[in-house]
Amino acid sequence: MLKLKSITPLGADEARVDRFTDLTITEVTERALVSLTARNDQADAIRDKARGLLGIDLPDIGDSAMGNTHSAFWIGPESWMIDMPYSGNEYLARRVKHAMGDSASVVEQTDGWCRFDLEGAAMTSVLERLCNADSANLAEGGVTRTQLHHLGCFLWRQKDGFAVIGPRSSAASLHHALLQAAQSVC
Amino acid sequence: MIINHPLLGARDAQEFTYLGDASLIHRPDWQGEDPSGQFHDYLYLRDNPAGQHRELWFHEVGDRSWLVVTRNTLTHEITNVELARDVARREGRGK
Repeated sequence: MLKLKSITPLGADEARVDRFTDLTITEVTERALVSLTARNDQADAIRDKARGLLGIDLPDIGDSAMGNTHSAFWIGPESWMIDMPYSGNEYLARRVKHAMGDSASVVEQTDGWCRFDLEGAAMTSVLERLCNADSANLAEGGVTRTQLHHLGCFLWRQKDGFAVIGPRSSAASLHHALLQAAQSVC
Repeated sequence: MIINHPLLGARDAQEFTYLGDASLIHRPDWQGEDPSGQFHDYLYLRDNPAGQHRELWFHEVGDRSWLVVTRNTLTHEITNVELARDVARREGRGK
């Protein structure tokens, strides 16, 4: 029998944590992601279905909706990303597709992305050095996608910090950029 | 250059990629009359105006929507930005 062992986007066994004076950068692994895009003229239908399935209203442009353990954030016109704990939701895409039927296109995204959470007083200063997004004025729950170290990354304002969600295949580059900016600020 | 995205507001042009003339929306019907002639014109014949130009931009590292941007090729002044989807629908293309 195969003994497969999962590794983090940075290639280690354990998620990485980097601590600076005013900033902590935490690699977040245990999240399941699924994208949900309405098919032609089906946006209202999938809003209803999503409410039934997730118990949350799909958010408006540039916003997110938080449930107890899961959330959804806006990624494009009539398109959202659903975020849940990975454990217990290994087949999230299948479940969402089953609920949506032909009204939406559903794509498994879990292993396509890496996520780094930034917390601390210096987080805005670090992000200002890395991207164009107005991170200081992003309200809690606000989300935007922007270019960070030549990578398209989601910037998601959480209660206590920012989640930076970038392409997993470039996780090391993104991490390097975050560390460099943090070192110059902290 | 700043592009005023209809949904997201002012965004730097480095977040976008440029495709070309907005007439590329009008892809010919391959089952229509004289498709090879129509596709030849579609692929190779472009206007190259010095002045106002409607063009397609893709918000690649943003929300990945296609935009129709009206830009002055002499001054780079952008006078109008619309979602390509809205433009296509207005022209009767519901699909």
